Amino acid sequence: MGAEIGSALPELAIDLTPTFVVSTALATMDFTPVHHDVDKARAQGSKDIFLNILTTMGLVERYVTDWAGPEAVIERVAVKLGVPAYAGDRLCFNGTVVSREEGRFTVEVRGKVSLGDHATGTVTLALAEEGKPC
Amino acid sequence: MSDEELHELAGKQAALGEVRGTPAQDPVNAPMIRHWLDAMGDENPAYLEKGVAPPAMAQVWTMPGVRRSAKDRSPVDDMIAALDASGYTGVVATNCEQTYHRYARVGERLTPATRFADLAGPKRTALGVGFFATWKVTWYGEDDEPVADMLFRVLKFRPRTKAAPAAADRPAYPLQPAINQDTAFFWEGVRQGELRIQTCADCGHHRHPPGPLCPQCRSANSSHLVASGLGTLYSFVVHHHPPVPGRETPFVVGVVELPEGVRIVGNVVDCPIEEVAVGMPLRVTYRPMDDQLVLPMWAPSKEEA
Repeated sequence: MGAEIGSALPELAIDLTPTFVVSTALATMDFTPVHHDVDKARAQGSKDIFLNILTTMGLVERYVTDWAGPEAVIERVAVKLGVPAYAGDRLCFNGTVVSREEGRFTVEVRGKVSLGDHATGTVTLALAEEGKPC
Repeated sequence: MSDEELHELAGKQAALGEVRGTPAQDPVNAPMIRHWLDAMGDENPAYLEKGVAPPAMAQVWTMPGVRRSAKDRSPVDDMIAALDASGYTGVVATNCEQTYHRYARVGERLTPATRFADLAGPKRTALGVGFFATWKVTWYGEDDEPVADMLFRVLKFRPRTKAAPAAADRPAYPLQPAINQDTAFFWEGVRQGELRIQTCADCGHHRHPPGPLCPQCRSANSSHLVASGLGTLYSFVVHHHPPVPGRETPFVVGVVELPEGVRIVGNVVDCPIEEVAVGMPLRVTYRPMDDQLVLPMWAPSKEEA
């Protein structure tokens, strides 16, 4: 695994089961009904319950630290939010290293679902030791 | 509220600066971190080993519970309530940007502080006409140093779906503008919340209403500029009769002089008719007439053109 500019992060695919959507909503302390109550989500024009934003941020962070390893220190996550990630769909993350200087990396991340881009953005992280992860 | 009043409120909310909320119910703690990592499928051992929280949990510590509604009234709440009351009831988040100054440590209690940053719009979007509202939350540690910052932006829009009451109550506006190759840029501008004035691409002369030829140099090459949106009432009539389909009489039809050097015809709104006066400063405002058409209109302004 390389960490040079242009190198790609391994893809991460997450099946958005209702259990996943509900358990992440509750773990993020977000009790808004559209994240756990199918009837209320449909009444508001959604086709099903969907992932909350705190989880999207958490998954972007997880995607990058899965690759960078436990020594990585996340400094910034900037996400543009797109289409909803509904229960029953699959969320696929891809990423590319776009800058690197003195142990600080910026990774461009894209999380896609069947409807299109759910989240696109950048993560900036620092590594305690130059050269990792390689 | 008119668009101008919404912007005024936004200015007031921003002027409140950073408003502190109550500290988190619980200090940063291992059970909530473990639950979060488990739900996310995050196997990074560093957090629990080092006694710190995943930085993306910043907001979690100060979320209200199931039955615990937010006790604090932040500068954002009044803005959102005003947008709801003005028909912009739809909401969708568009941006979330978090900066972590350091990782929060197990045992410390975070305190949030909210600052209203910006209201932009009205803008035509795929979801409907709406405003982008942006605010910032900073979480402070017990040392009063910021631990994390979040910029959050939402689009508050007027839902366009036929099922939505706002649209159902709003029949199609019977008067539609003629949109052709000479005027399309103007109406496209209105949809985007821009007042576009035609400009000759050769001699730079500004002209309105739009047309195919420059009256100055006869060139057919045209471009446009985006006007400041400020103007001065040059002349007006109050229309009482005959009835106009889709409009309630009386209403004011004004000729507005723009600092860009052209005059434009439009309704003067948000002003009692007896207070309308030649020379009054105006600012453009965009009014949805039905779920397709938006018209530029003119409201009293404190700023001189």
